[in-house]
Amino acid sequence: MLDIQKIRADFPILSQKVNGKPLVYFDNGATSQKPQVVIDAIARYYQEINANIHRGVHTLSQLATDAYEASRHTIQHHINAKNAYEVIFTSGTTHGINAVANGFAALLKAGDEVLVSALEHHSNIVPWQMLCERTGAVLKVIPMNDKGELIQAEYDKLLSPKTKIVTVNHISNALGTINPVKEMIAKAHQVGAAVLIDGAQATPHLKPDVQDLDCDFYVFSGHKICGPTGIGILYGKETWLRKLPPYQGGGEMIATVTFEKTTYADLPHKFEAGTPNIAGGIVLGTAVDYLNEVGFDNIAKYEHELLEYATQKLLEIEGLQIFGTAEAKTSVISFNINGIHPYDIGTIIDKLGIAVRTGHHCAQPIMDYFNIPGTIRASFAFYNTKEEIDVMVEAIKKAKMMLS
Amino acid sequence: MTIREIQDEIVDEFSMFDDWMQRYEYIIELGKSLPLIDEHYKTEDNIIKGCQSKVWVHAEQQGDKVVFTADSDAILTKGIIAILIRVFSNQKASDILDANTDFIDEIGLKEHLSPTRANGLVSMIKKLKMYALAFKAKSE
Repeated sequence: MLDIQKIRADFPILSQKVNGKPLVYFDNGATSQKPQVVIDAIARYYQEINANIHRGVHTLSQLATDAYEASRHTIQHHINAKNAYEVIFTSGTTHGINAVANGFAALLKAGDEVLVSALEHHSNIVPWQMLCERTGAVLKVIPMNDKGELIQAEYDKLLSPKTKIVTVNHISNALGTINPVKEMIAKAHQVGAAVLIDGAQATPHLKPDVQDLDCDFYVFSGHKICGPTGIGILYGKETWLRKLPPYQGGGEMIATVTFEKTTYADLPHKFEAGTPNIAGGIVLGTAVDYLNEVGFDNIAKYEHELLEYATQKLLEIEGLQIFGTAEAKTSVISFNINGIHPYDIGTIIDKLGIAVRTGHHCAQPIMDYFNIPGTIRASFAFYNTKEEIDVMVEAIKKAKMMLS
Repeated sequence: MTIREIQDEIVDEFSMFDDWMQRYEYIIELGKSLPLIDEHYKTEDNIIKGCQSKVWVHAEQQGDKVVFTADSDAILTKGIIAILIRVFSNQKASDILDANTDFIDEIGLKEHLSPTRANGLVSMIKKLKMYALAFKAKSE
């Protein structure tokens, strides 16, 4: 059991008022709030050990390097990677996907196929489109059904020896669908394709086990899991990380440089050009420790309760339609009210202190599928409460009355 | 009425409201009075970028005046554009170009609307002025 009041006290922003009303923060899918330990750790880094890493012989540089590498180990254990050097610090999920897509440019030829899913965020579509433009490879899309579930029979048909990489999210940002990625990875491997899993929306809710999943790449962002912005992780299997060329050139990623020839540093540094986000990297470890202390089993159980409660309460509103009704779903509800633009609702409930996302959620193909301009998305975290859901439901009713 | 007189009138109307809800209810009301754009002018060219909701604006010259019609798929946006059209429609192109838009701050619209919508508001004004500029150039 979670002591929610105790947890809420860890997040100073939650006691704020917005527009004169207590903040109800239901935009966790966009970014999570930060606990005091994370905020303090950022300050402590700059107050006590700020120095550039991996190069100074002086004490501070050594302390900062140790803290940075300790965080890499924390994340290694968190996602159960075999080796710490398979854990690459990035600026976020988008960076991780681009690094892999860019690397595949060296491996693909015209006629090869890249499979993406209909549920993807633009960040997991556009880099692959760019890759296909560069290489002449063909982008194919795994379709979804009306519930927002990927159609596995269609996926089976799309897989062939031409398939070189499959890229799919663990959990959909727009609809909350949990994809059966373990099975999908196994199927892709049968035809010799690599698989990248976009874990941006999954990592706030569950602890991924990359060895159990057997994925080739797993990417996620720090800011969605109580960490700072501008830091993220690219996990890659050692064999793949050795095969792919580096994404960016610069300091840190080299072994030797002459004007004739540069040799690259070993993993993980090969993919970490330039001075990294040192504070972010260190504090991401703090955030992961915090979440593990709360416990992912507790988080999943409690968030599921919130999801069920909110779904039931929202459906009591006449004319409200939920998009994304997959059997396996995380605590995200995308919805509209008949005849009312999502933006109108979002604007009015903001005045009542409620933060939700409105629009296409960077997943325009999903909105096109349902033939809607966008949705209102409420995404819950473990620090939200049923009382907050009640406040939102009342606010939506009020907005609906004003707008219809 | 001149643009300034209309703006003053709107500032006056909004000063009667005590809270945001009354303001928004009035904006929704105004949205219903918007002179609607002819369906066949709802083209890509006439869409205003920078709004989360869709806004279409059409302009035509009637005598020495510019007349605007518009529509949006969101009702609050419709209300905002109705306010702008009340100010700028049926005015001379040069007056539209010279007009300042401080009244938006005065009626608390800019601060009371979300940042993305505030950007939309800026885009709307820009688009109306662009039309005015085009007509002015044509008549010179």
